[in-house]
Amino acid sequence: MIAHMHAAGTHGPNQLTHLDILEAESIFIIREVAAQFEHPVILYSVGKDSSVLLRLAEKAFYPGKVPFPLIHVDTGYKFPEMYEFRDRYTKELGLKLIVHRNEEAIKQGANPYDLGTQRCCGLLKTQALLQALAANQVDAAIGGARRDEERSRAKERVFSFRNKFGEWDPKNQRPELWSIYNGRIHQGESIRVFPLSNWTELDVWHYIKRENIPIVPLYYAQERRVIERGEYLIPVDVAGAMAKGQATTVLCRFRSLGCHHCTGAIRSSAKTIDDIIEEMTVVRTSERANRVIDHDSDGSMETKKREGYF
Amino acid sequence: MHDLTSRQDEQTLLRFSTAGSVDDGKSTLVGRLLYDSKNLFDDHVDAIERASKKTGDGSFSLALVTDGLRAEREQGITIDVAYRYFSTPRRRFILADTPGHEQYTRNMATGASTADVAVILVDAEKGVVVQTKRHSFISSLLGVPRILVAVNKMDLVGYSEEVFDRIRKEYLDFATRLAVRDIRFVPVSALKGDNVVERSGEMTWYHGETVLEYLENVYIASDRNQVDFRFPIQLVIRKDGTYRGYAGQISSGSIRVGEEVLVLPSMRRSTIRSIEQYPGGALAQASAPQSVVLTLSDEIDISRGDMIVRVNNVPHIQSHCEAMMVWMNEAGMDPQKQYLVLHTARSCKARIETLRYRVDVNTLSREEAKPLQLNEIGRVALTFSKPLFLDSYQRNRNTGNFILIDPDSYQTVAAGIVLDALPEELVLSKPQPGNLHHERSTVPLVAREARNGHKACTVWCTGLPSSGKSTIARELERKLFEAGLQVYHLDGDNLRMGLNTDLGFSSKDRSENLRRAAHVARLLNDAGVSVVCAFVSPYAKDREAAREIIGRDRFVEVHVATPLSVCEERDPHGLYRKARAGEVKDFTGVSAPYEDPVQPHIKVSTSQHTAEECVVLVITELERLGFAKSATRS
Repeated sequence: MIAHMHAAGTHGPNQLTHLDILEAESIFIIREVAAQFEHPVILYSVGKDSSVLLRLAEKAFYPGKVPFPLIHVDTGYKFPEMYEFRDRYTKELGLKLIVHRNEEAIKQGANPYDLGTQRCCGLLKTQALLQALAANQVDAAIGGARRDEERSRAKERVFSFRNKFGEWDPKNQRPELWSIYNGRIHQGESIRVFPLSNWTELDVWHYIKRENIPIVPLYYAQERRVIERGEYLIPVDVAGAMAKGQATTVLCRFRSLGCHHCTGAIRSSAKTIDDIIEEMTVVRTSERANRVIDHDSDGSMETKKREGYF
Repeated sequence: MHDLTSRQDEQTLLRFSTAGSVDDGKSTLVGRLLYDSKNLFDDHVDAIERASKKTGDGSFSLALVTDGLRAEREQGITIDVAYRYFSTPRRRFILADTPGHEQYTRNMATGASTADVAVILVDAEKGVVVQTKRHSFISSLLGVPRILVAVNKMDLVGYSEEVFDRIRKEYLDFATRLAVRDIRFVPVSALKGDNVVERSGEMTWYHGETVLEYLENVYIASDRNQVDFRFPIQLVIRKDGTYRGYAGQISSGSIRVGEEVLVLPSMRRSTIRSIEQYPGGALAQASAPQSVVLTLSDEIDISRGDMIVRVNNVPHIQSHCEAMMVWMNEAGMDPQKQYLVLHTARSCKARIETLRYRVDVNTLSREEAKPLQLNEIGRVALTFSKPLFLDSYQRNRNTGNFILIDPDSYQTVAAGIVLDALPEELVLSKPQPGNLHHERSTVPLVAREARNGHKACTVWCTGLPSSGKSTIARELERKLFEAGLQVYHLDGDNLRMGLNTDLGFSSKDRSENLRRAAHVARLLNDAGVSVVCAFVSPYAKDREAAREIIGRDRFVEVHVATPLSVCEERDPHGLYRKARAGEVKDFTGVSAPYEDPVQPHIKVSTSQHTAEECVVLVITELERLGFAKSATRS
C-alpha cells in the first residue's frame, strides 16, 4: 500500500477536546435514528439534558430541519417555568411538539401523596409514555438519559431494545460494538436511543456554556419559599403544592427538574452558568439525590426501567 | 478545583476496558480507582455502605461501586458491560467494565472494541492463568493498541518483587503471540490502595507509574488513522429543492475544501465545495472523528451507504472478505443462512462461504472448523450481496469492522474483523509450479484504478455461435471508451492468430484457449484496464476456471441467450449449415452441448433487443456493480 503516501495528512492531527468528540458521537447517533426508523421522536423533558439534545439534533440535520417531532410526557405537575419555557423554546426552534398526558389518571387525581411516588410515577410517567408511543406509532424514541446518572443506566445500550410491551430486559441486550447501531425491529417493538449516554453532568454544563444553550431559569439560584424536609427543600409557591409545614425563604436552585411534588431544590448561590460549573466541580452528591422517587427502595430505578420507564 | 472549570477545553478523552475474573479483584480495583481519585459522590458511597451491610461481611465493599444491576448484586458477580465515567484535571475517562467469566466473551469483545487501553488483572498468588490469556487475546484481536497488566493482590505475596518479575516474564513469553506490542506492568493492591492512585509505601522497588498515572499520561493521539480519508454517508440532507449535503462522521483521515474526491461505488469524481457545521460555520478542513456535512461541486447521485474517499486512496471494493468473527448469540452460526451485514452505513445480505478454523481462546491454538457457537472465535470467508468498502481492521478500526444480524430475530449475532486478504490470494494460494513466485507491483491496483477513475473488470460474453456476442462486445467497448473508461476488447480470433496459434479445436485445446484468454484478461485487469470479451465458452467448468483466474469479484458474466433457431437462421459464416451437413465436427448447439450459465450477472438476447439495447442493459448492470461511471449511457 503506497497509495496513502500521496495523501498523507499535511494538516497534522487536529486535537479535538473531549466535548468535540462527545458531540460528534451524539450527532452520529441522532442521524442514525433518522436513517434507520420510520416514526422516530425526541422525548422532550424540558430539562437541561433535553436542551442539549435539541441543540445536537439541530446540528445533526443542519442546514436542514430536524425531521421528527418532540413528545413531552406531561404529568400536569411540572413547574410553571417549565411549561412557559417549553412552549416558547420549541416554538422558537420551529419544532413540532406533541404533549401527552394520562388524562384518565389525572382526572382521578393521581398524586404522590395519596398513591406513593412509585404508583404515581407508574401512572403519570411510565403509562403515559407507553400510551404516547403507541398513539404515535413510535418505533424509536430518543431520550436525554446519561449512563452516569444512575447505576442501572450504566448498562443501557445506546440503541436499547424494547419488546412489544415496552419492557427492557437488562440480561438480554443486543451487543453493541464500535459505533455500529442495530436498529432492526419487528412490528410493535421499539428502540430507545440515548445519544448522551457517554456524557456526564459536568459535560452537559460545559456544553451549555460553550454553545450558549437556553435552559429553564429554575436551574439558577434565587430566593425561593420552601419547606425543609431533611435534606430536601420542597418548593411551595407552585399551584397545587401539597407539602405541609413551615415555609422559609432560602437561596436555592434545582439541580435536576421533575414534578414539583418530588423535586427538591438544593441550597446554592450559583446564579450563572460559571457559578454552576464551579459548584459542580466541588459537589459531593450525585445529581439525582434530590429526586425523592429514586430512593424509595434501592434498585427502584431498575424496576421502573424494566417496566418501560425512561 | 478552579482548574477544572478553566481546563475542561484542554481535556482529552481516554477509553479503557477492564477485564478480570470474579476473584482477581477487578471490581475492587475499579472501585479503588474511582474512590481514591475522588470520583464518587457521597450519596453513592452511602448507598454502597448500605448495600455492603446487606450482602457482605459488613465492611465497605469497593466492588459494589461498579456492580450496577440487582441480579448481579444478588449473585455477587458482574454480568454485563457497565460504563463508568470519571475525570482528572488532565483527562476524561470512559471505562468499559466487563466480566471475566467464560460465557461472556462477547461482553469483553464489546468493551474492547472502542478501548485505547486494556487493563488486565493478574492475581499475584495465581500468576498468568487461562483467563489472563483469553482476555489478552480478545483485546489484541479487537485492536486495543496497548495493555496495562495490573498484578493485583501484591499484599498477599508480601509485596515481593520476585513474584512480580516472574509474572511479568511469564506474561511476556505468552504475549509474543499477540498483536499488541505496548505492554506495561504495575504491581498493585487494589484492596489496600497500593499503586492504584497513590504510590505504594510497601513496594519501594517499583519506580514506574501508578495505574492512574499511566492512564493520565499515555499518549493516544496517534492511534487514529490520520492518513486514509473515509467518509461513509449516513444521510443526504436536503433543503430548498436543489441543496444536497452529505452528512456523516469522518471515520479516518481528514479533508479540505477544494480537494478532489471519489464517490463509491459510482466512481464519480468531484471536489469538496464546502464543509458545513451548525450554525453556518463553514470549515476549511475537517478530520476524524468530526461529524460534518459535505457538499460537492457536481451533482452526483449519492445515497446512504455510499462513501466519499480521496482519488488516490481507495479502500478495497469487494463483495467478499476474509474475517475473524466473534460469535455472540445463543443460536450458533448457520452456514446455510443468509445473514444481514452492517458495515459503516452500508448493509446487505451476507453468507458464510468457508469456515477456515476456530481459535481456542484458552490455548490460542487453531482447531478444526465447525460452525461457531456463542463466545467462539474463528476465521471465515464471507460473501456479500453487494460490494462493501473495506479496509483491514489492523489498518483502520472504523472501516474494518462489521456486525452480522439474524434476519429472523434481528439479534446482533456476530462481530467481524476484516483481515488484509486481497482477492488474488484466492487464486495465488493454489500450489504454484516449481519455484515461481508472484511478484507484486509496487504500484498498487487501487492507485491505477483511482487514476483511471474506475474499477477494472472483465465482461465475459458467453453464448451460442452467431448469438451476437461479438457485436455486443465491440459496441460495449466503444461505449465504455467514450465514457472515459480504460477498456479493451479481447478478440478471440486475434488471440488465435498470435498467442494461441498452436491450439486447435479439440475440447482440450478449447479449454486451453480460454485459460490463456482469461490470464490475458487478468493481466489487463491488474493493469487497471477493463476487458470485454466474447467466447462461446460452452462449458461451465471452463467459465468457472476463467472466473477463478480473473478474480470472482471482477468477473462479470453476460449470457447472450439468443435462441438457437435465431442464431442458425442468421448463420453469417455458414457454419451452422456446415455443421448440419457434418462438415464441421463438435459444433456447439448442433453436435456439441452448450451449458447455460446458472447465475449470470445478466442475460440478454439479440432476438428481443437490438445489440445497442443489449449494450445499455449490460452497462446498467456494470453501474450497479460499481464498474462503470453512472451516466455512461447518455
